[in-house]
This record gives sequence, structure tokens and C-alpha cells, in this order.
Amino acid sequence: MLRQASRLLSRSVTAGSSKSTTARAFSTEVPSTIDSTFVESWKKVAPNMDPPQTPSSFMKARPTTASSIPTKLTVNFVLPYASELSGKEVDMVIIPATTGQMGVLPGHVPTIAELKPGIMSVHEGTDVKKYFVSSGFAFLHANSVADIIAVEAVPLENIDASQVQKGLAEFTQKLASASTDLEKAEAQIGVEVHSAMNAALSG
Amino acid sequence: MASTAAVPFWRAAGMTYITYSNICANLVRNCLKEPFKAEALNREKVHFSLSKWAGGKPEKPILRSDTPGV
Repeated sequence: MLRQASRLLSRSVTAGSSKSTTARAFSTEVPSTIDSTFVESWKKVAPNMDPPQTPSSFMKARPTTASSIPTKLTVNFVLPYASELSGKEVDMVIIPATTGQMGVLPGHVPTIAELKPGIMSVHEGTDVKKYFVSSGFAFLHANSVADIIAVEAVPLENIDASQVQKGLAEFTQKLASASTDLEKAEAQIGVEVHSAMNAALSG
Repeated sequence: MASTAAVPFWRAAGMTYITYSNICANLVRNCLKEPFKAEALNREKVHFSLSKWAGGKPEKPILRSDTPGV
């Protein structure tokens, strides 16, 4: 029995020490989202067990906002099937928000913008890269990182102008002859998207 | 509470944002030049097999597929 006791004691000690040597931080190093009164009462009840972790202790700390405005905007532009731009440092992006074309410079106010079908342009020095975005969202963070997500984004050269005209005519006609609310909405979406593509190709 | 907030026309017609977004994406894909159009339509092909369950057993599955003959 005495041999078992020493094995049990040594097991809990080594278990504790091996856990602390792996990647887990000591509770004093984790940011102050830890509730200290909970931790104290836990230690009274179960001194040999570490207090349970909360999801926030596994998350990376929110990136600090730089004290001076950074010179470049970091853009992450992703589509469901590809990461178009990943961590690219640019001077400005112009995004087609539902409230209008929005120019995003480094140090932009944190914003969540819903995008409408339109052109998104990425400006890097004298380089301008334009994409036609079908719809999506743009998350502008306080640390001058812009996450832009779109379902479909194509370079303007890949759009066929004749198909756009055909589609526009078709949906304008559908809008006139639509009966139910849903048909009207679908036709309206068609008209909007094709008009936006038309404007993108000609403008 | 503001139930008078302006809703987009598609929301007013009973459509969800995902449906709206997918319709927009499909329209854009249909207006691409070849070969981009073929690539895009190929990429978006789906294959579903759905079956309702009754009495603990699946009934005959319904197949919805873009790949013909499967």
C-alpha cells in the first residue's frame, strides 16, 4: 500500500509538471479574462487539478491597434474556392459597398460592409487590379487589415459583353412580366447584376 | 424596436441572403468567356443524394446531380 501511495503521488506530480512543460501557459501568463475568484475557489476544492480553460484562453489576443497609422493596408481577398490575395500589402482598395464605392486606406475606421455586385480595385503604387465581385462582405479591422470575402470575383477581361447584354434584356423582360414577389425579386437581381457588369465593362 | 428598418427588396420577397448571393454568383458565372465559363460551371457542379427516414430506416433516396447518368 505504501508503494502504491508513492506511485500515485509521483504520478500526479509528474502529470502536473509534464503538462506545464508542454505548450500550456501558466494561468498567470494568460490575459486577464480569467476570473480570479473562480480560480481561487477552484484551487480550494481541487488543488491538484488545473482550473478549466475557457475558449478565450485558446484564442490569440486581439491584434493591438498601432499607435501610428500604418503606411500600407494588408488585404486578404478570399473566394470559396481560392485565396485570391493573402496578406498583400497595398496602398488602397476601393470596394463596391451597398452604400456606394468605398475607398479603404490604411487606418480606416473598423467597418463591416456588405458588398453589392460591382468593381473592386486594388491599388498598389501605380498598379491597379480590378475584379468584378458578385457579392460578399468586407471586414475592415482596426489594425489596417482588410478581409474581403466574395462568392465570385472575376477579372473584367473574363466577362463576355454580348452575354451581359443578352442577360440584361432577358431579365428586364422578365421583370416586366413577373407575377409573384419571388419572381419579381429574382428578375430584379438579374437586372441589377447585369447592369453592374455592363457599367463595369464600359466604365 | 425598429421593425420599420429598410429591408432589401429580396429580403422583403422572402429570400435569404445566401440565396441572393448564390443567384448573383450564378449570373456572373453565366456571363464569363470560354474557357473560364466552363471551368466555373465545372467547379460548381454538385451531387446530392437525399433520403427521408421513416421508422428508423431510410426510404428511397432522391438524387440531385449535375453529372448526367449518375
